[in-house]
Amino acid sequence: MTLTLTPSLVYALTGALLFAIGVAGLIVRTHLLRKILAFNVMGSGAFMVLVGLGQRAGISDPVPQAMVLTGIVVAVAATALALALSRHLLLLTGNMHLPENDPDA
Amino acid sequence: MTAMRALLVILLCSAFGAALVYAILQLPPQAVDLPQQVSANIDESGVAHPVTAVLLNFRGYDTMLEVAVLLLALLGVLAGTSVEKRRRAAGERPTLPLLRGFTRLIVPLMVLVAGYLLWAGSSMPGGAFQAGAVVAGAGVLLHLARLLPAWATPNLMQRWGLAIGFLVFLAFAALPALQDGSTMLQYPLAWAGALILLIEAGLTLSLGLLLAGLFLCLSDDGMEFEK
Repeated sequence: MTLTLTPSLVYALTGALLFAIGVAGLIVRTHLLRKILAFNVMGSGAFMVLVGLGQRAGISDPVPQAMVLTGIVVAVAATALALALSRHLLLLTGNMHLPENDPDA
Repeated sequence: MTAMRALLVILLCSAFGAALVYAILQLPPQAVDLPQQVSANIDESGVAHPVTAVLLNFRGYDTMLEVAVLLLALLGVLAGTSVEKRRRAAGERPTLPLLRGFTRLIVPLMVLVAGYLLWAGSSMPGGAFQAGAVVAGAGVLLHLARLLPAWATPNLMQRWGLAIGFLVFLAFAALPALQDGSTMLQYPLAWAGALILLIEAGLTLSLGLLLAGLFLCLSDDGMEFEK
């Protein structure tokens, strides 16, 4: 396989790496604000994969672009809802961490 | 989380990332030529710009249900905040003369830009989402400059504004289908352009209010303040 690294492929690969970084952040970080941020990093990665792969052939594909446009707005709304819920948790329990649910403990 | 576990998670996620990269590099070329299909059918969509044609016509379901999701998100935010509305004591508040002056100057321009983006969407990059985002940005700026109070609960007018985008979209998606038995979201060819512009106008208003509302409902700053 000959690998030609076109700019659109670089976008898609960067998106895949961003997604993996987001997954790691979501698991490792315990503060809810950081979890929400990590979730957004994951989302941005997925958007980059969609747009990057969509223009592999050299011309931009309007279908993934429209999907991503929809996705960005939904991501903003989901983030706002997550922030509202976590603030509610802060008001109720006084901290921004989910309770540890460790069956071994 | 202990350092050991964090290290393990990071290692596993690195492997996951490498697998994703490998998968992307292994992808075969696209089997279906979507850009070609879009440009072949663009004359039937009623608009000249491919992204707008996909958003509002070819894949209208996504866009319609997306507005429903946004509405749902705002309802979720409202459900969480209405019980705990607290008002911060009106202590020392900065008067923000520069920000206020700048906001008064720029908000009319933002509304103008939103109108232009809405209009441009049919033939150029632009459309309801971009226009709605600019409207929402104007709303947030007005609130930060203390020219627009936060929303405790939306009043009747605001509720109609929040819902109108979805309602207009749903009406124009369903009415032609009810009339002559065509599929839902199939606009009559002669009216497609006008209908899309109308739907986009409703979407711009609703998206602007919804996105600004997500901010304004969560803000507990300046629930009441001097005019």
